[in-house]
Amino acid sequence: MNEKKLAFGYTVSKDRQIDFDEASLELYNKVCAAEPSIRLCISCGTCAATCSAAKFSDFSLRKLILQVRRGITKGLQAEVSKCMLCGKCQLACPRGVSTRALIMQINMNLQKTGK
Amino acid sequence: MTFDLFVIPFFGGLIFLLVVLFIKYSRWIALIDRSGRRKIGYGLFSLQIFPATWEVFLESLLHRRMWKQNKLLGYMHMSFAFGWLLLILLGNLESRIYSGGHLNPPYYPIFLKFFVHDKRVLPFELNTLPGFFRFIMDFVLLYILSGLVLAFFKRIHSRWFGMKNTSRHNRFDQWAITCLWLIFPLRLLAESLTASIYGGGGFLTNSVGDTLAMILPAAVTPGMAYVAWWAYSSALGIFFITLPWSRYMHIPTEVVMIYLKHFGVKSGKHLNSFSEIEMRACPKCGVCIDVCQMKDAGAVGSTPAYFVRSLRMKEGNSLLNNNCMLCGRCKEVCPVQIDLLDLRIASRNLENQSIDKPFSYLPADVPDSKGINVLYFAGCMGHLTPSVKKAMVSIMDAANVKYKFLDQDGSVCCGRPLMMAGMFEAARSLMEKNRQAIHASGARILVTSCPICYKIFNEEYKLFGVEVLHHSQYLLRLVEAGSLWINHSGLSVVYHDPCELGRGSEVYKEPRKLLKRVAKLIPIEQERENALCCGGSIGDLALNQDQRNIIRDAALDVLLEPKPDFLVTACPLCKKTFSSAGTAKVIDIAELVAQQLEKADNLIEETVEESIL
Ligand code: SF4
Ligand code: SF4
Ligand code: SF4
Ligand code: SF4
Repeated sequence: MNEKKLAFGYTVSKDRQIDFDEASLELYNKVCAAEPSIRLCISCGTCAATCSAAKFSDFSLRKLILQVRRGITKGLQAEVSKCMLCGKCQLACPRGVSTRALIMQINMNLQKTGK
Repeated sequence: MTFDLFVIPFFGGLIFLLVVLFIKYSRWIALIDRSGRRKIGYGLFSLQIFPATWEVFLESLLHRRMWKQNKLLGYMHMSFAFGWLLLILLGNLESRIYSGGHLNPPYYPIFLKFFVHDKRVLPFELNTLPGFFRFIMDFVLLYILSGLVLAFFKRIHSRWFGMKNTSRHNRFDQWAITCLWLIFPLRLLAESLTASIYGGGGFLTNSVGDTLAMILPAAVTPGMAYVAWWAYSSALGIFFITLPWSRYMHIPTEVVMIYLKHFGVKSGKHLNSFSEIEMRACPKCGVCIDVCQMKDAGAVGSTPAYFVRSLRMKEGNSLLNNNCMLCGRCKEVCPVQIDLLDLRIASRNLENQSIDKPFSYLPADVPDSKGINVLYFAGCMGHLTPSVKKAMVSIMDAANVKYKFLDQDGSVCCGRPLMMAGMFEAARSLMEKNRQAIHASGARILVTSCPICYKIFNEEYKLFGVEVLHHSQYLLRLVEAGSLWINHSGLSVVYHDPCELGRGSEVYKEPRKLLKRVAKLIPIEQERENALCCGGSIGDLALNQDQRNIIRDAALDVLLEPKPDFLVTACPLCKKTFSSAGTAKVIDIAELVAQQLEKADNLIEETVEESIL
């Protein structure tokens, strides 16, 4: 908030370190069992570049997958709910990740645990 | 003598069956919602009764759609259903000859030959009433037995019947099917043995009886005959008792379903009591398995015959719900006309309805653009294949259409993918966004490049005063109105019907008419209603990329067989999917038209000339 006032055109990036005490691979393991193609993702970002939802928001499937893999589940439900399920990402993905099935799995699992 | 102990298994079984059916159907019908029940109430006393009864006759007895699908399979089902009915009806008439026209107990006609031995009748004596019946009854029995022989070979060689996959059986099925196998041979045996002792058989029972009499010692035949009557009655009884829990429940249920359908009862978007009836009307004939492309991709377990069974047994699961491309090939051929797509979507809904998607990030303001006639919506998939939207833009410019590109800066998805995933609420919030934008534009025509969008705009948006067109329809209209001049390219092409446009929306004519103006259209076998799915379908939420590729490649093999210069489609998703194989030159119908536009200069000159005149 203070950053706004002191805007010199530079910002300090947020700390990107992962706190392993907070990381939980529970979601990843569940999703991975149901949709193993999550393993194929190379975080290239093609999906996010073509994404319909990303045209109107800061939603990024690449980031979402990365977070699931790293065990960061905080705020994920709000993120994943932004997907319109249009399927562009699936056709664009160079690795053949079943993105829509993956999104459904993440959504379902988060819904169940209420995170 | 009109009673014997052996009729008890049959008679008891029959009463049991009738009671169970009465309870089951009353329960299902009671659970149908109020408006549905009212429809049934009106329907029962309306003229709908007649077409419904006619359909029952055609489908439940003659199995007309089954015939269309496969002659042998149709013959087999018809011989059982129609033959059995004839046997009952004619047997009833025949029995009246001997009872002086009185009504008889229900078992009497069934076991008539046990009770009555009419020695006056000779096997081929057709000019007397008893002789005629004797002949016709034997003939019908022979007819049913011929179906049985076919069924026997079907078990050995399903391929003859065009079906490569027959479905598995459960325990009740096994009892019921065994009895069904035995009923008619036992009847033949019982009647023949009786005829060999007392005479009075028809051409079939008499000759079989004579043959048996030659083999068997005379002392045992009466005993054997009696045992055979017991066995015949027991087979009938067990069949009736197991029927309500076996696949043969489809026989009475199909009849009920046909009537309800004619009265206007539907299952629709949610699983309801009518869906329960639909599930049970499936005879697991396997016709759907054969046409479903997923079976080639190792997902035979998700084909409708299995899916419907698991729904019925309440063993449904996520994979079964999600693994279906919703291509509609099965629904097209299902002889019982179960709405297999609605069933699948409804069971997805049950699973996914709680997933919350507010889409609060979408812009609140509605673009204002009064004064245009035509709205163009490329759709998500249209944006994924920019050449398609470019082609449309250049064509509409060339035809001087006053249009607005509604989703030029990115589409709000039409909502169909969410609908297909069973997330109706989420889909509705997207639909509302688009609906506002469409109405705000004041346009009278909405053109879309994507058949997926087309279907939902057309069916669910309720855009009053706005005509929804797929670009193939719109371009044809432009050409026919003379607003667009195109050359014939001389190319030979095969047209691929996209699922959502063809089977989904029944748009078959316009794309072909348009294509014939620009290219030589090669007809193929698997087109229109029989068209294949490209494998890229967004209806499916479970197939992996390898499976999709298998489906895609198999479809391409069929489509490219006539070696066309181009494979033409009218769906950006099909185009993207087919192109990814790298084996075919795939082009959208709009691109082909854009390539064949008469020199833009000429067009401008002409329009200038027109305006001067
Ligand atoms: S396009 Fe595919 S591989 Fe690339 S980030 Fe997205 S999911 Fe991962
Ligand atoms: S399916 Fe979801 S994540 Fe993929 S492109 Fe569409 S909106 Fe984006
Ligand atoms: S769903 Fe239709 S086609 Fe498939 S097995 Fe049942 S009746 Fe036959
Ligand atoms: S809709 Fe298509 S993919 Fe789904 S079961 Fe029917 S034929 Fe198979």
